[in-house]
Amino acid sequence: MRFGVVTFPGSNCDQDCVYVLRSVLGQDVDEVWHEDRSLDGLDAIVLPGGFAHGDYLRAGAIAARAPVMSAVGAFARAGGPVLGICNGFQVLLEAGLLPGAMLRNQGLRFRCLPVYLRVESTDSAWTKTLREGQVLQLPIAHGEGNYFAPEPLLATMEDEHQVVFRYSDADGRLASSANPNGSVHYIAGVSNPAGNVVGLMPHPERASESVLGSADGRLLFESVLSFLSTRRMSPAGALR
Amino acid sequence: MTTIRITITLKPGVLDAQGQAVLQGLRTLGHDQVSAVRVGRYIELTVPDGITATDVDQMCQRFLANPLLEEWRIDDPGRTPLSIGERTG
Repeated sequence: MRFGVVTFPGSNCDQDCVYVLRSVLGQDVDEVWHEDRSLDGLDAIVLPGGFAHGDYLRAGAIAARAPVMSAVGAFARAGGPVLGICNGFQVLLEAGLLPGAMLRNQGLRFRCLPVYLRVESTDSAWTKTLREGQVLQLPIAHGEGNYFAPEPLLATMEDEHQVVFRYSDADGRLASSANPNGSVHYIAGVSNPAGNVVGLMPHPERASESVLGSADGRLLFESVLSFLSTRRMSPAGALR
Repeated sequence: MTTIRITITLKPGVLDAQGQAVLQGLRTLGHDQVSAVRVGRYIELTVPDGITATDVDQMCQRFLANPLLEEWRIDDPGRTPLSIGERTG
């Protein structure tokens, strides 16, 4: 499969994503610049972490209006799988491709540590081969990861299985002590209604080889590879 | 040309962690009379005189503010009463 990894000015996890996809998973990768307007020939898109445009105005706000984002929007609306990691998640929120918004972490600390996530939905392209309730260990590194959505929107997202990951303890129990940033409903990752676009604050690309302490991040990329090969066999096969 | 002044703040009820930290700082300095702090952003736009209130509001709605979290007030001191007026989104 051919992945596109988008670099904005200030992205700093783009090469980690390229490395994991190319060297760990053996996939083709195009490095896409934020001014590019075409994603032709790509099967999946990753928006990496970092501090695009210095987080000026709001995290992800300026990147969300970059030329490439019109193409990412069209790609997503056509059902193409898109993953936003950390700052990439913030960009997807600002672009309106995912619901909700980010606030500064409760307590204002930049949190950089390994956390546990509970898989809440396997309806997404990036989690379809995982198990509901499965606990993953991935690292976080962010100052603005306090996920927020107003109550009516949250209720819809919960009903539609758009909450993909929640922060939990190692046994999958939800507790405020396991919530590193104050996110509402312990939300660590969400999807769009169709399930092809997913964003999460933790970094799967930093945990895709056991030498790094966890290889759980690989599971997301393997899931989308499975999603893509199934779709290739039956192009009409939608997620939901 | 005229200068439009925009003040963007978090909606009431949305946690303002920055405001809480500033409040903590003021208390540390002994300013116990302050009971709450909300921190926002201030933006000045230089625009042609004929710009419409709708244009500026669109800029806030689409980009300068995040309508899910934030509200904004637009001041156009060149005209009285404020033709763009006071508005929250």
